[in-house]
Amino acid sequence: MQGCWRKRGRLPVQLIDGAGRLAKGPALLIILGAAFAVSAVSVTSGAYPLSAADILAVLKGELDDDIVSMVLFDVRLPRLILGFLVGAVLAVSGAILQGLFRNPLADPGLIGVSAGASLAAIAVIVLGGTWLGGWLDLAGVWALPVAAFAGGSGTVFLAWRIARRAGQTSVATLLLAGIAINAIAGAGTGLLTFYSSDEELRSLTFWTMGSLGHAAWDDVVMAGPWLLLSLCAAPFLARPLDAFLLGEHVVGHLGYNADWAKRAAVLIAGLGVGAAVAVSGLIGFVGLVVPHLVRQALGAGHRIVIPVSALAGGTLLVGADCLARVVVAPAELPIGLVMALIGGPFFLLLLLRTRIV
Amino acid sequence: MLLQVDGLGIHLSGKPVVKGLGFHLDAGELLVVLGPNGAGKSTLLKGLAGEHKIAGGQVMFDGQLMTGWSNRDLAKQRAVMPQRVEVNFPLTVEEIVRLGRPPEPLAQSMPILMELMELLDIAHLQHRLAPGLSGGEQQRVQLARVLAQIWDAEGPVLLLLDECTSALDPAHQQHVFSLLRRLARQRGFAVLAVAHDLNLAARFADRLMLLHQGQVHIEGLPSEVLTEGVLAEVYGLSARILELEEGYPLVIPRDDAHKPGYSWASFSRLAPEKPSCRQAS
Repeated sequence: MQGCWRKRGRLPVQLIDGAGRLAKGPALLIILGAAFAVSAVSVTSGAYPLSAADILAVLKGELDDDIVSMVLFDVRLPRLILGFLVGAVLAVSGAILQGLFRNPLADPGLIGVSAGASLAAIAVIVLGGTWLGGWLDLAGVWALPVAAFAGGSGTVFLAWRIARRAGQTSVATLLLAGIAINAIAGAGTGLLTFYSSDEELRSLTFWTMGSLGHAAWDDVVMAGPWLLLSLCAAPFLARPLDAFLLGEHVVGHLGYNADWAKRAAVLIAGLGVGAAVAVSGLIGFVGLVVPHLVRQALGAGHRIVIPVSALAGGTLLVGADCLARVVVAPAELPIGLVMALIGGPFFLLLLLRTRIV
Repeated sequence: MLLQVDGLGIHLSGKPVVKGLGFHLDAGELLVVLGPNGAGKSTLLKGLAGEHKIAGGQVMFDGQLMTGWSNRDLAKQRAVMPQRVEVNFPLTVEEIVRLGRPPEPLAQSMPILMELMELLDIAHLQHRLAPGLSGGEQQRVQLARVLAQIWDAEGPVLLLLDECTSALDPAHQQHVFSLLRRLARQRGFAVLAVAHDLNLAARFADRLMLLHQGQVHIEGLPSEVLTEGVLAEVYGLSARILELEEGYPLVIPRDDAHKPGYSWASFSRLAPEKPSCRQAS
């Protein structure tokens, strides 16, 4: 048969179409099921296990247990929501940037967002007691996330300004500027690490490895709107991004405003990732692996890739967060570490099994 | 006059690549643009496609300045095939052709997609992933995508094609050019195609335009443009021209050895085979 030139596991034949892809309906059901399952696990498991019966009783108002309701409403729920939003935004930003750069290996770290955000956050941690004391007094508990957000969006803006010449944004220059900014921010981070005290070092290491451990409603309120905004705006980019897959000029030939699309893409990814890094630190791999998997399974059209990546990214991050809590309970592993531990080998396996296009 | 170009100048990084170029193109006409490498063919086409800024002169499309058209409106009447389109992502042939269509339900575009895939002989590749196809197949997929954009256009249609048959085998080259001529004749498309194959151009074009150093060297019927003198002057190509009874000229290049002051023998590596080489192999 023509379509079977690419072998694909042992899945039933009717699930796979001519291009070796999953049928969209069943795939969506699987992902929704997984999202529901990890959410349930995420709410119940952790240092203080909750049973499903307890949760239902509290929700119905039959059980009046302060500890159960506190753990559920003040710890687990904000963590679940934030984890899902962050995972979704990281995956969608990855999908957008890969489309924009026409490179399946691009990720949100590439245009300098993560590096800028972490530099700003680490500066607050290390210099908070000295030079940046005024900022701490002014911003209080918001000092770290706001700085990270500003650092992330600031670097994107900088990279974008550098790439802009004579009213046109060069994607190649944007990429190179991002790499240079990454290097500079990395050096700054290294320098600050060098001058940090032991206690600061501990706190910043934890931050660079990513964590949802401090997630509270404050974080949801602060980052939520930006994360949601970025998620809601992304689907509008689907058609121009499809055109980008054929090349930058083709976008214009097909009647879209390429420059507008580039600006929107960088802005959406920058704001989203900036907000994500601000509340959860550096979490890699989601932005790279999730869109890649979705493309392999369902095709590269962005009308599918963007929403499905959002669902799958959220699911993956919440799942990884469950693992991070359970493996060394009552302590927690940094979620960035867990992601890299799962994501890395899995990605390698994928590379060995399928041809990469 | 569908397309009227006057005194067109285009600069690339400060250097004038197209200088004071003027021509016109009517609806229903197939104009093939010829010229040596670097003559400014692609630059001209990209200028008309809106990729390069126009430094001087003016381009009128359907009686209106090209710059006065909105992106969206222009995309409904004008389709562009770049010299190279590389697809790195797992898109199927059908999906790529569909990218040429405006947002509409698949059921609505399907008849057009099928017709075009049949026309360009890629229907059997419909569900294959584009990155796995051969260069010629990919070129036909892109051409189908370009045609899909204006297939049901109302009003004037302009096709700008940059070497759209460069990777095709001879049979498909003939097929594509005869398709382009039919589209011009029967549906009134104005087609501007950049090409290198002189005989293909002579066989199918209504008019030829030969560019040299960013200017129109000569323009006219194939038999007017393809003469020994012109080819020698513009390409430095020594060729024999046969006027076929079918009514178009056939260009037969002569061996370089016939060119005065130019001899293979001056390249030692290409000198006649020595007996020792034969023994070695």
